[in-house]
Amino acid sequence: MSALAALFARDVRLSVKAGGGAPMGVLFFLVVVTLMPFSIGPDLPLLARIGPAVLWVGALLATLLGLDRMFQIDQEDGTLDILLTGGQPLELVVLVKAAAHWVGTSLPLVIAAPFMGLLVNLDAAGIGAVTLTLLAGTPALTLIGTIGAALTVSLRRGGVLIAILVLPLTVPTLVFGVGAVLGATTDPAPFLSPFLVLCALTLVAGVIGPIAAAAALRQSEG
Amino acid sequence: MANVTASQSTLQSLANPTRFVAIADRVLPWLLGLTLVLFAIGLPLAFFMAPADYQQGQTVRIMFVHVPAAWIAMFTYVVMAAAALGSLVWKHPLADVSARAAAPIGAAFTLICLVTGSLWGRPMWGAWWVWDARLTSMLVLFIMYLGLIALWHTIEDPIRAGRIAAILILVGIINIPIIKFSVDWWYTLHQAASVFRFDGPTIHTSMLIPLLVMAVAFMGLFGVLHLMAMKNEILRRRIRAIGMRAAYEGRRGVA
Repeated sequence: MSALAALFARDVRLSVKAGGGAPMGVLFFLVVVTLMPFSIGPDLPLLARIGPAVLWVGALLATLLGLDRMFQIDQEDGTLDILLTGGQPLELVVLVKAAAHWVGTSLPLVIAAPFMGLLVNLDAAGIGAVTLTLLAGTPALTLIGTIGAALTVSLRRGGVLIAILVLPLTVPTLVFGVGAVLGATTDPAPFLSPFLVLCALTLVAGVIGPIAAAAALRQSEG
Repeated sequence: MANVTASQSTLQSLANPTRFVAIADRVLPWLLGLTLVLFAIGLPLAFFMAPADYQQGQTVRIMFVHVPAAWIAMFTYVVMAAAALGSLVWKHPLADVSARAAAPIGAAFTLICLVTGSLWGRPMWGAWWVWDARLTSMLVLFIMYLGLIALWHTIEDPIRAGRIAAILILVGIINIPIIKFSVDWWYTLHQAASVFRFDGPTIHTSMLIPLLVMAVAFMGLFGVLHLMAMKNEILRRRIRAIGMRAAYEGRRGVA
């Protein structure tokens, strides 16, 4: 267990130290959200209406950013071989690496989400709902992305391919994430049921993601 | 149990590519002939015999291409998932070939489904594209097919590419029902007012029979295309192996 904890601490430290992508992700998120008013005009009611969708798409794209390097760095310096031949089950190793990646890239996005919500004129309920759904939904995005990262680990230019492979699989997360926010801000739509489905998607991704990613890593190395 | 071993040994005997190509060569003319006969019956039935719809007029005939294409598009993914299971669990050498050969065919049928749906939607909905739940699911399926093909093309070694793609195919087959469910939910949330919906079960027999004939004909077409694509893939791999051997021997000769 302490080996997994050490791996978690190492990955988090690598992602926040120089060369890690954590601050870059938040910056990218800010740029995407800022570009949106430029493309549709400074129309505050319209921005408030599409704000949740803008924040979710921005967070989704920002989550993709560091994925291609998730296992590649470890493969280049030989760490991946140690992880593969070490005593820990590879599925757990992948889960820990995904959790560390989430803490490094997605948690800052969740913390930044309330401020981005102000930029697109969301009210208090909307800001709370966006932050809460991002907190519940971004682990699913990271875990699905982990599969893409593992599939493309040995490719030199896997970045765009990861996006193409991963984005269709994130459709349910996006649908129920934005749906739950709409449920919180507009009256007739429910909040709880899409939010619970979102949590369920995260749990399902927590099972499928590590199994599929570990299988892909074994195939890539074997 | 005896049944399982029998089917396993049949599958194993097919594992020899040369034997597979021989069997495929024997089956192909018959399957092609059957497909042509079915189209010869189905196309006139669909385009001349079947009655025009009282609401949609002649445009309803698009259905006889659109619906079978959608069925085959989904059926192809199931075939690929079965092949993926075969290549990951039993390391069946032809399962890779089968999945890889099926992907472009599935993508093509999905594209046919999307294009005919769009052509059908123009007079019915007044727009080339409507974010209808089923259309949207098919679009996501199309993107997944293209992503898989891209993945196959970026990995050079065909065996490794096959195994990596097989994992993605299996992840996809788990996700496709979830995507379908979420898109349906999304569609009821964004309910559009003036969308025409075709109620499947209430279809009249005069339209159902041509539809089923066309569906079986499309199935035959898929079989023909798939077998031919598999033969091509086997030959392509042989050429690759011969080329590599020649390169290796050439290098050894120099040294």
